[in-house]
Amino acid sequence: MKIGVVTFPGTLDDRDAARAVRAAGGEAIELWHDDAELKGVDAVILPGGFSYGDYLRCGAISRFSPVMEPLIAAAQGGMPLLGICNGFQVLAEAHLIPGALTRNQHLHFLCTDQTIRIENTETAWTNSFRENQEIVIPLKNGEGSYQCDDETLKMLEGEGRIIARYVGENPNGSRNLIAGITNERGNIVGLMPHPEHAINPLTGPSADGLGFFTSVLKTLVAGGAK
Amino acid sequence: MSLDTVAAAIANPDLKQPYAELGLKPDEYASIKEILGRRPTSSELAMYSVMWSEHCSYKSSKVHLKQFGEKAVKTDALLVGIGENAGVVDVGQGYAVTFKIESHNHPSFIEPYQGAATGVGGIVRDILTMGARPIAVMDPLRFGPADAADTRRVLPGIIAGVGGYGNCLGLPNIGGEVVFDETYLGNPLVNALCVGVMKHSDIKLAKAAGAGNLVVLYGAKTGGDGIGGVSVLASETFESKGPAKRPAVQVGDPFVEKVLIECSLEIFAEDLVVGIQDLGGAGLSCATSELASGGSGGMKVQLDKVPLRDPSLSPEEILMSESQERMCAIVEPSKIERFLEICKKWDVTSTVIGEVTDGSHLEITFNGELIVDVPPRTVAHDGPVYNRPLAKPDYVDEVAKDVINPPLPTNAAEIKEAILKVAATPNLADKSWVTDQYDRYVQGNTIQSQPDDSGMVRIDEITHLGVAIATDANANWSYLNPYEGAKLALAEAARNIATAGAKPLAVTNCLNFGSPEDPGVMWQFAETVRGLADGCLEMGLPVTGGNVSFYNQTGSVAILPTPVIGVLGVIEDVRARTPMSFTDAGLELYLLGATDENLSGSEWAYLHGMRGGIAPTADLQCEMRLIDLLLTANKESLFAAAHDLSQGGLAISLIEMVLRHNIGASVSLENVGISLLSETPGRVIVAVEPTKVSAFQNLARVKSIPLQNLGTTGGDALVINDATISLTELRTAHTETFKKLFG
Repeated sequence: MKIGVVTFPGTLDDRDAARAVRAAGGEAIELWHDDAELKGVDAVILPGGFSYGDYLRCGAISRFSPVMEPLIAAAQGGMPLLGICNGFQVLAEAHLIPGALTRNQHLHFLCTDQTIRIENTETAWTNSFRENQEIVIPLKNGEGSYQCDDETLKMLEGEGRIIARYVGENPNGSRNLIAGITNERGNIVGLMPHPEHAINPLTGPSADGLGFFTSVLKTLVAGGAK
Repeated sequence: MSLDTVAAAIANPDLKQPYAELGLKPDEYASIKEILGRRPTSSELAMYSVMWSEHCSYKSSKVHLKQFGEKAVKTDALLVGIGENAGVVDVGQGYAVTFKIESHNHPSFIEPYQGAATGVGGIVRDILTMGARPIAVMDPLRFGPADAADTRRVLPGIIAGVGGYGNCLGLPNIGGEVVFDETYLGNPLVNALCVGVMKHSDIKLAKAAGAGNLVVLYGAKTGGDGIGGVSVLASETFESKGPAKRPAVQVGDPFVEKVLIECSLEIFAEDLVVGIQDLGGAGLSCATSELASGGSGGMKVQLDKVPLRDPSLSPEEILMSESQERMCAIVEPSKIERFLEICKKWDVTSTVIGEVTDGSHLEITFNGELIVDVPPRTVAHDGPVYNRPLAKPDYVDEVAKDVINPPLPTNAAEIKEAILKVAATPNLADKSWVTDQYDRYVQGNTIQSQPDDSGMVRIDEITHLGVAIATDANANWSYLNPYEGAKLALAEAARNIATAGAKPLAVTNCLNFGSPEDPGVMWQFAETVRGLADGCLEMGLPVTGGNVSFYNQTGSVAILPTPVIGVLGVIEDVRARTPMSFTDAGLELYLLGATDENLSGSEWAYLHGMRGGIAPTADLQCEMRLIDLLLTANKESLFAAAHDLSQGGLAISLIEMVLRHNIGASVSLENVGISLLSETPGRVIVAVEPTKVSAFQNLARVKSIPLQNLGTTGGDALVINDATISLTELRTAHTETFKKLFG
């Protein structure tokens, strides 16, 4: 199974995401922001970093990169798409998922081993987890506070689209402790913490993050997102 | 103002020039005239002034620093030595590692965020320039008292600047130091270390060889920031009054640097450059004169081709600007097309600004008029050399007479109070408030980072080869005895990587001192260099490069002599490293190394207002046997954990170990106050499984390292004799300090 990993100028965690894909048993394919083609991949990851230096707003410029056009179309057609951290911000800017990521409430960049609870195990990226499984993966960002209006929040809660929540103290001021959400169809997931940095206890706090990558492979073997 | 050309300099020899305002002394100005056989043009004067500044020319330190070469050990491990942008060390399996520390002290005081950020940016470009992919950074930092108003101004900005720049470059921050002392008030120290990795064949040097080859400037456009940063800022003492120096601080853009790194690595991978130099201190003046000196000397540059952010800049300003994120490459004409193509892919501005000639002069024109015509070596390497007067300051013998006898805990209540005090004092308290603002995970190869003894990164995912780095300074000891202080810092850094099982290979340094024009400071400096050179020779470790920062003083008060020593080591399999703390109960805790009663220079003495006494004498033979023991024990998997003892002694090491994985320990100590609070060098605490104790005892006997059984691991408290401190209480004391101070 081929999983594309997009590199924008300023992307940082692309090699980490590719490593995680390989560790889960997939084939990682490099996608370049300036090429409007997906090279026949079965799913795509938008990795973390500071694409375009976070100029204007995080993800606001990347969202207009040539690669985004075929990607948005494919994702709307059901292709699994995961946005991690800066990738989550790109997804929000591209309106593939609702809401926005704003400056952490305490105004500092925060890098910490974060416990999150997986609350929806039916998406393309979370089906390897047990419901309400608590996992520890790195959280590292300056603008990770998830915000949306009350109506959207009600909808997300009501439809079970909050896929992961922070456990314990709110690390950044996100509404309802939201760490990750999905679209209606469950193929697109935006996630603030970094599962690609938790694929081996040698280099991360745990191997808990691997589940996101094995999930998508499982999804693809089963014939794609529902 | 009309252009001051070479022709004008000849025609108008007596023009009064502002050399003093540019930081040059009258005799230095005279020798420039002698070199050129005429007065310099204003552009030449600009170049000489920045390149002959203390920061760039090492004019006060050179006569001492040459000991690092003279006393150097013969080693095959050193692939590139002192003099290039950074030294390069062979770490096996075809890999070479380059590492270096630089200071960005003065800019960080003026403008904390940008000063610290561009300090990271500068050292990263030095590493990149060697042909290496930067893989990690570390930041040894020093501040005035933690509760001082100015510390609250500079510390948050400096931390945010280090994080803001390094995080955005995708470089894990794997360690460093945060130390407070009143002498750093007004003179914070921001030292930045970067390490990079490459294959042997990829090493790049700063040389402009081959007539006809092109000089290419690429990266950010040149602006008016950082003009005279090295001469006006870094080479003068701050006075309480005086003009604002803010415009002399550079402004960084890490996004541009990140793109520049990826672009450069792609260019290197296709072998498209003959020589390369980054633009840091002294900007284009430095890059052009150093590249030309590295070749035959001939180079022509058309300065009007330099892309500008501000079109009103004069040629002198263009030559002196320290705008960040710029590189200068020497490229063969046949490869220029591909070079420019890669720059275009990354949206990096690149411009051919000149070419290498077979002459011996660096000639710079502006709109067709010759404004610089100099032998480049005279700018880059033949600057003034001062053998400045030095004299042992009076304080040294005075404070040696001080009796250092702070009150020591004896009963349970006092032990508990002392432990909580040590846990919470700013110099020893948990630094997560700082390090949580740095990304330690990016690149996915971080094995160890703060609060471990050393930072460790994997450099090969298949073979698990890795490198470890530690930086250390003990300014309290350097103050009492700079010769021993330097040796002790070296030993501590080496020990800090050996506890994990990494073998020390090479040394870098950042020597932070007051004004070299003060004979007492110069004596401290000379003694430090002598100590470090002797220590490196004795331990068989080459010095691969370093940095000197003088003028860290406000008025007549200099900082404590602060030689920050970095040691790099190699570990064959990072999976087999010895961790810094234990994850099991029931392990035996031992102290390796003897403890004496001298509290001079200790944190406990400092907490009681005592800074005098006599520094310990470094026993490097013993340190080397201890390192041997640690490496052998690692190979034989004898230790469940090993943790260095340094500032704060056994007390803080125990605190850090029990809090790491929330597993307590019970120890019983004779002479409990000294046992907990003495900082005798050459000691390590280890945790050993009961079945491995006898093998370990044999090893210690063979290496002649004294041993002392302390107790066992387990429980939910740190128990010392009859004092019990719950881990919860201990954690609160250890972790609240920074939150309370800095929010």
